[in-house]
Amino acid sequence: MLPADHLADPDLVEPARPVKPRARPIIRSAGIRLALVYAVVFGISAFSLAFSLWYSTVGLLQRQVEVSVRNDASALGDHFAVGGIPSLVLAIRDRLANNIDGDAIYLLIDPLGNRIIGNLDRWPAGLTEANAWYELPVTRQGVGSVALLRAYPIIGGDQLLVGRDVRARTELRRVLQDGLLWAMGIMAVLGLLGALIIRSLFRRMIRNISATTRAISRGDLTRRVPKTGDGDEFDELAEIINDMLERITKLMDGVREVSNSIAHDLRTPITRARTRLEDASLHAHTPDDLKAAIERATDDLDGIVAVFQALLRIAEIEAGARRSAFISFDLTPLLLDIDELYRVVAEERGMKLLTSIAGVLPFFGDRQLVQQAITNLLDNALKFSSADSEISFTATVQNSVIEITIADHGPGVAEEDRQRATERFFRAESARSTAGSGLGLSLVAAVAQLHNGTLRLADNNPGLRAVISLPTRPVD
Amino acid sequence: MRILIVEDDKDVAGFVVKGLREAGHTVEHADNGRDGLFLAASENFDAIILDRMLPGGIDGLRLLETLRAQDNVTPVVFLSALSQVDDRVKGLKAGGDDYLTKPFAFAELLARVEALTRRGKTDGPTTKLAVGDLEIDLLSRGVKRAGQKIDLQPREFRLLEYLMRHAGQVVTRTMLLEGVWDYHFDPQTNVIDVHVSRLRQKIDKPFDLPLLHTVRNAGYMLRTEDV
Repeated sequence: MLPADHLADPDLVEPARPVKPRARPIIRSAGIRLALVYAVVFGISAFSLAFSLWYSTVGLLQRQVEVSVRNDASALGDHFAVGGIPSLVLAIRDRLANNIDGDAIYLLIDPLGNRIIGNLDRWPAGLTEANAWYELPVTRQGVGSVALLRAYPIIGGDQLLVGRDVRARTELRRVLQDGLLWAMGIMAVLGLLGALIIRSLFRRMIRNISATTRAISRGDLTRRVPKTGDGDEFDELAEIINDMLERITKLMDGVREVSNSIAHDLRTPITRARTRLEDASLHAHTPDDLKAAIERATDDLDGIVAVFQALLRIAEIEAGARRSAFISFDLTPLLLDIDELYRVVAEERGMKLLTSIAGVLPFFGDRQLVQQAITNLLDNALKFSSADSEISFTATVQNSVIEITIADHGPGVAEEDRQRATERFFRAESARSTAGSGLGLSLVAAVAQLHNGTLRLADNNPGLRAVISLPTRPVD
Repeated sequence: MRILIVEDDKDVAGFVVKGLREAGHTVEHADNGRDGLFLAASENFDAIILDRMLPGGIDGLRLLETLRAQDNVTPVVFLSALSQVDDRVKGLKAGGDDYLTKPFAFAELLARVEALTRRGKTDGPTTKLAVGDLEIDLLSRGVKRAGQKIDLQPREFRLLEYLMRHAGQVVTRTMLLEGVWDYHFDPQTNVIDVHVSRLRQKIDKPFDLPLLHTVRNAGYMLRTEDV
């Protein structure tokens, strides 16, 4: 026995700590994070869109101007080739006269730098190299502007400057640039706004769940997550969480039930063993008496150990830890083995075991546990049957469900007790006089549940009909 | 036989040491993993009884793994309070030959230790086993006693084979359940007793000298002399 003060061990009875909702730093908020990720992705796509727009408009214009300057220059080159400088001057004059848009720029200078013809007042400063593109401020008839220019050297030392006024294009570029900057600013504001909206949405969606789980961690196990009824992902999540809570509650109840049962039901055999030993030490007069008393007490202790082992086993099964050991196998040979093991015992006791087992019973599960569950039921049937009675042991498979039935003609279990018969330590009034721990059916029920099956107890008129239904392959 | 027990609980160790000596064995005892490993690795034993949870930085599993890594094949019986199925599997995977959970009956431990040491010695391809005038042929699955043929069911044959392989040793009900039926739990019904008594009907009843004996509080033994 544990000393009583062990229960007062501070580690074991740690008081439930109140869990306060902590204010978390803003970057730790999943809602904010989600919104930020969204804003960044949105920003990147918007930026790339703007950039490609920029590139395709401004770049295209630039290239068009370049092409037109080049063509112009090469046409003027042809004029020069045909008629020399006079022809070139004529051509330029012609062009200047027909320059409707007013954006074409020409300037022909002699080797000394004097203007021969053209619509520029003077050679733009900074233009030093021929055959290269320059974008320079120019002055035309006293008005400042910007032009894209290219100089062509002419045989004889003259130089021809061809260009286009690009003030309109530059302005377009500025407008685009401004627009994009504004858009970026608005995007940032919208992103932030979106983040806040998403966060509050997110919060509202998980508020129910966090309120419930918080209440549960405080110890109120009856709380459940309310469903919104929308059938959305959060509804599904609420359902899953509720299922989990249901299971936890059941396990907790199980633990409570077991500790109560241990307190009540194990006290009896422990008391018996203790009494025997004390009685022997006080009153045994011969070594034989003493030895007999000790042996009986040892048997009592063995019984207690067996109960403990059964309890641990059930707990182990209910925790679901054994699922990792599941394998696919045929139940038929296993059941036939059990039949062979028990048939002899039944015959010995004058009972008849009527066995009928389907040829193939494909199954996925734990071999040992199924073995133990079936032998538990057969143990019960043999224990409660009178001589000359029949016990039937059948196994069938239909619609992917294996049904294993063990039916006897013993006293059976009263209808009002059937629900409770699988509870740990439950023993019907009629069974009180026989040996047993009241754990056999609990184990069977636990094994069935582990395999997503059921244990059903029914009347066999008279007797008990226990039916284990197991899916051939449990779904998760 | 020379047996090493590595167990930190003084009462349990003292009890087992005393019992094994009474059964005629030489026993060494170590109360922590380090000493246990040192003894097991440096001396020759016929069997080692090993606790799982040990002080001294080396637990039973590590001790055994280290030992097996050195190609030491001494039979090892785990004696542990860790009783879950996974614990058992772990123990056997680490190289254990048998696994007994605490609390235990000394008779069970003794029977298992003795069975293990025997198993180590007769690991060869035997085709015939004999105890007294009882003979079985493992190839033809035939059984004869005093030249007389005896018909056995397949399972009865396996039961007899198991008993004959451990002739002269106590075989417990749990050992039979595990060895013959591959059941790793004890049914409430006395199934083993009934099967053994059936077998006894066939191999002992018609003859003068009984071979299959019941050992009180322990199990069964197949031997020629009276117990």
